[in-house]
Amino acid sequence: MGDATDVFSFTAGEAEVEGGESIGAVLARLGDEREDIVIVSPDLSTAPVAGLFAARHPERTFDCGIAEANAMSIAAGLAASGFIPFVVQMGAFSALKCGEQIRTDMAYTQLPVRILSAWSGLAMGYFGTSHHAVEDIAITRSITGLTVVAPSDPQSATALLRSTLDHRGPVFFRIGSGDEGHLHDKPPAMPRGKFLRLREGSRATIIATGMATHWAIAAADILAGEGICVRVLDAVYLKPLDEEAILAAARDTGGILTVEEHNVVGGLGTAVADVLARNGVAGRLGVHGLPDEDLLVGQPPELYAHYDLTPQGVAAKVRELLNG
Amino acid sequence: MVSDPKPNDIHPRNRPIEAEALRRLAEEWRLAVIDLIAGAGLGHYSSTFSIAELLAVLYRHTMRLRQADPAWPDRDRFLLGKGHAAVGLWPLLAELDYFPADWLPGFGKLGAPLTDHPNMRTTPGVDFSSGSLGHNLSVGIGMALAARLRQQDYRTFVILGDGELHEGQVWEAAMAASHFRLGNLVAIVDANGSCAAGPTSSVMNIEPVADRFQAFGWRAFDIDGHDVDAIVAAFDALPDPESAQPVCIVARTVKGKGVSFMEQEPRKWHLGFLGSEDRIRAAAEIRERL
Repeated sequence: MGDATDVFSFTAGEAEVEGGESIGAVLARLGDEREDIVIVSPDLSTAPVAGLFAARHPERTFDCGIAEANAMSIAAGLAASGFIPFVVQMGAFSALKCGEQIRTDMAYTQLPVRILSAWSGLAMGYFGTSHHAVEDIAITRSITGLTVVAPSDPQSATALLRSTLDHRGPVFFRIGSGDEGHLHDKPPAMPRGKFLRLREGSRATIIATGMATHWAIAAADILAGEGICVRVLDAVYLKPLDEEAILAAARDTGGILTVEEHNVVGGLGTAVADVLARNGVAGRLGVHGLPDEDLLVGQPPELYAHYDLTPQGVAAKVRELLNG
Repeated sequence: MVSDPKPNDIHPRNRPIEAEALRRLAEEWRLAVIDLIAGAGLGHYSSTFSIAELLAVLYRHTMRLRQADPAWPDRDRFLLGKGHAAVGLWPLLAELDYFPADWLPGFGKLGAPLTDHPNMRTTPGVDFSSGSLGHNLSVGIGMALAARLRQQDYRTFVILGDGELHEGQVWEAAMAASHFRLGNLVAIVDANGSCAAGPTSSVMNIEPVADRFQAFGWRAFDIDGHDVDAIVAAFDALPDPESAQPVCIVARTVKGKGVSFMEQEPRKWHLGFLGSEDRIRAAAEIRERL
């Protein structure tokens, strides 16, 4: 995890990041392979996610300036004309600012736009409350016909980019800063609507998404050292949601802790609680995320520490769950 | 039944038709709109009537289309930014055999494909859904860019309401269309001077429309939006789609045009339902001109 100023550098981006190809490199490669892929972006065509594609395929890169809603609807028009547009957006200004364009122009119309919503969660937390992207899971999950995914490392990003490429409707990618570190040595199989099971254990289950998956894995290691073995699920698909895996986790391990870089209102924890309640499953559930209050502003690592979004913080929540 | 498309089913651009025939078509469509809304129980009359002549010219003279082939790749695209006038599209698209004419009586019924605002997923011939004002000029840019990428020469026409110009996204799109040098994009503003809360000029002034589009890099000019000769002349003079400057035609129109009591109270008839007496009165007035 670099510091905030590195995270937001307006460079052409690196082809390699820790643990694999960067999202930008994968996108550029997809552009080499397929002429129907285009990029539409509000003033981010030279930013890390789009820069490599833009350099290789300038004729298929459309920068719309700082006009996010326009970029979204232009992408929809391209998708209605046979292209697969990738809209590269800042997380803070994608679902929140363009929710209506996503709903009306892509989801309602079932067009194959891919929204790469980068720097989600607190990845731009240094810049101000305006740059926190902690409402997007709530917004996107409530849009009918929108697929919502959240890669947790470069390999899972590659797998999701490729496995969803020919999905006929829109796909929202909740991605972080792009340099979270790695979990997989190669792109994992990514069946639609399924969580990835990364650790097996019987005492409890941690269901995490995106960046939080790294804290969950490290927390599982800490707990294993104490003789507490927990299952870890990576919620790479937020919609459709893996209800089967959630119910199995409750049945097999008794307690579930959700971990996310999102408001605890309307996020992964809410979604899991909904599944448990609808199915009449009475189990222990902990929801660990960002509190529904004015969030602090600062460098992301300091923010994560403050909100206990760390391996130790997650491990402590699991202990609370087991002792509660 | 929709017939099989044949090569000679192509309707070329700027096909010859008498101005009087276009004028009569517009009036007949007004009658068809009254009938459709009569079946549905609620509808947008006056803002549909303001674009009757524009639609007649576009669909019967200007746009390159293919009978019974709504997805023909070389068709000119049409986007109804002011989607509440969709009821005016349905008779036109039925005549093109884009869907069976027996869909028409279902307009507005629960679950029917022909809806108050157009839905591309239910209705063949709708090039894009609309309903939320301010989106479709941006969508049209996407279609115009796609034409450039695929080296196709279709045009994309977008009808916007003048109240729709209040939406900021329209001006984001206006900026982008000239930046991307889209001479294959045509915006038509239905300047009927009215939005829901009152005259557009008093609710939120958007004039001078043509000057504003010109300032955004467009070729823009006013025409009388009910004068079919003027509409035909404006469309016939459109620059080659390969050219670099988008065109905005500001059509000065009358909301409720063609039915005197709607022209007098245009906002009352923006969304409404004609009772049987009023329906007879409105239809009789239109028929007198046929």
